[in-house]
Amino acid sequence: MIKKVAFAALALSLSASTSFAKTQITWWHAMSGELGKKLEEIVANYNKSQDAYEVVPTYKGNYTETMTAAIAAFRAKQQPDIVQVFEVGTGTMMAAKGAVYPVYKLMADTGTEFDPKGFLSAVVGYYTDTDGNMLSMPFNSSTPILYYNKNVFKKAGLDPETPPKTWQDVEAYSKKIMESGAAKCGFTSGWISWVQLENFSAWHNQPIGTLENGFGGIDPKLTVNGPVQVKHWSNLKKWQDEGVFQYGGPVGGDDAPPKFYAQECAMYMNSSAARAAVMNNAKDFEVGFGMLPYYSDVDGAPQNSIIGGATLWVLQGHDDAEYKGAADFFHYLSSPEVQANWHQFSGYLPITQAAYDLGQQQGYYEKNPGSDVAIKQMTLNPPTENSKGLRFGNYVQIRTIIDEEFEALLSGKKDAQGALDAVVERGNKLISDFAAANQ
Amino acid sequence: MQTKRTIFGNKILPYGLLLPQLAVTLIFFIWPAAQAVRQSFLREDPFGLSTAFVGLKNYAALFADPSYLNSLQVTLVFSVGVAIFSIVLALILALAADSCIRSRNVYTTLLVWPYAVAPAVAGILWWFMFNPTIGIAPYMLREVGYNWNHRLSGLDAMILVIMAASWKQISYNFLFFLAGLQAIPQSLREAAAIDGAGPAKRFFTVVFPLLSPTTFFLVVVNIVYTMFDTFAVIHATTKGGPAQATNILVYKVFNDGFIGLNMGSSAAQSVILMGIVIFLTFIQFRFVERRVQY
Repeated sequence: MIKKVAFAALALSLSASTSFAKTQITWWHAMSGELGKKLEEIVANYNKSQDAYEVVPTYKGNYTETMTAAIAAFRAKQQPDIVQVFEVGTGTMMAAKGAVYPVYKLMADTGTEFDPKGFLSAVVGYYTDTDGNMLSMPFNSSTPILYYNKNVFKKAGLDPETPPKTWQDVEAYSKKIMESGAAKCGFTSGWISWVQLENFSAWHNQPIGTLENGFGGIDPKLTVNGPVQVKHWSNLKKWQDEGVFQYGGPVGGDDAPPKFYAQECAMYMNSSAARAAVMNNAKDFEVGFGMLPYYSDVDGAPQNSIIGGATLWVLQGHDDAEYKGAADFFHYLSSPEVQANWHQFSGYLPITQAAYDLGQQQGYYEKNPGSDVAIKQMTLNPPTENSKGLRFGNYVQIRTIIDEEFEALLSGKKDAQGALDAVVERGNKLISDFAAANQ
Repeated sequence: MQTKRTIFGNKILPYGLLLPQLAVTLIFFIWPAAQAVRQSFLREDPFGLSTAFVGLKNYAALFADPSYLNSLQVTLVFSVGVAIFSIVLALILALAADSCIRSRNVYTTLLVWPYAVAPAVAGILWWFMFNPTIGIAPYMLREVGYNWNHRLSGLDAMILVIMAASWKQISYNFLFFLAGLQAIPQSLREAAAIDGAGPAKRFFTVVFPLLSPTTFFLVVVNIVYTMFDTFAVIHATTKGGPAQATNILVYKVFNDGFIGLNMGSSAAQSVILMGIVIFLTFIQFRFVERRVQY
């Protein structure tokens, strides 16, 4: 017994001394389930690859919870070194100049090798300031694509290898599918705000807000009530009434995936990162992938889609050794091998050109048809002012407003113009509140 | 009513005995409340890097905001709905259990069970049953011709959260009513019966007046419950939607403060919420209590 205790004490002191020798880097993240396991695997590999640093990942709940936890921790001076923040939190993080250690500066200060040009411009455009400096480290970026049920297409007499290109196609295909009895509904969608408004606008080269969608200043105005968006939202309402479209709920749209998996809806728009889940759940049918549909009568469509997902922000208030470690870890994280592996596993975009090239060399895209739809769609055209992304303060709340007004539209309380006007009016108020608080 | 008054000589001991309770109240209630009041006069960025004193602007903004006025209205409907629904139903169940002689304990146990369920779990349960896509209840309702969809219909959503919030509270109310009923001497009811009063008359003239302290207590507790403790139910079922149809005040505080990171507005809302509860409690004790017979 005594021997056992002594041995345990020895083991404890040994393990304590080894962990003291390494500098600990804390990383708060929002990846659960399979993605979380993969993330821990990446970190474990990094920790094994060198002796100086030990990255400690901690799951802090969903994106919102992780971000608010980090902010609360910052106020209590207990902040982690690295925190994963979703794209709509970018405006808030950027404005917090005293709280954030910009990545370009971190890499320069620590003398870590770093080539901003190696990253896909469509990805990093979202996270650079007006001078072109990268403020956070891209990690998991995705873009919405179209998933469709090839078996249902076949049953309805459609070509299973041809996804619909335009919204006109979506409507015609849906009606054919419903009339033939192959499925009950045409399509559903996750993330209404992200897919059917923000990406819809970028894809049709329509401005989401003034001042280059908010990239050019802290007090932009939303402009999502233009004729193209109004037309789309009134169509969605019309399609809902006809049963062509089924609503999957607010925020991420939790009811949308089961509608697609159960073969109730033949088509489904959601993040490219939903790919793993779709493949796992599509037990009795084959899945096809396509780009988002567009209206062929809109000039400039299709343009390019914009991203979602999250980046890694470094917070102020730590010592140099930890920052050196964070920079070293970022260097590892953006290496082509790590990135290509993460991208292929998850369906998130490869964030660097090198990771994309590596996937091509490995023949990954040929073996997995449709896995590069997201990348092709993102890089279809060089981004314009309208399709670079968006950056508004208080955007987390504005997302909620978009959901609310969309529900008001579907329940018949408002028409498309009224709902989108309300998004603009209520959203602008939040943006100017934010500007006032951060002046 | 009090006829005898005992005088304790020791001047310090009573304060000493009160001290732990006072300390707890001070640290866990007064201090955070004071923080909330202070913060409600400030405008801060989320990280707390820049702070500006804005006076009553946060409050003014709230009352100019249609979504806040909507939230007040929604809270009123919700609280009154839950209080009436859960009290009336609990009373009926308690009367039924009380008049039942053989298996009273079994019924009591069964009826109390839901109270042991955590609010979030209760919320998830109802969310599952009424989910428009996968739930069993909408499926059955559709069979009888009602198209249930609380994702889109504000009315459906309100009915859902009232049911979910009441479900738990019914157990609690039931226990108190049953205890109250059992405390009523059988002789009173028998005397009324001999005088020729039917069951309804006996209930309204004898039983219910004797239950009035219990009812009064439950009204206070239920209103406070719906104001504060129903957060988890809302969060798990509707998240305040659709289009804010079930966005009660306490949920809005969370949404604006924790999700939206608008600390000033959120603090102002919680101060108002605190004021409402203080006011309601005051009204109840000042005016309603007088009509209650102990």
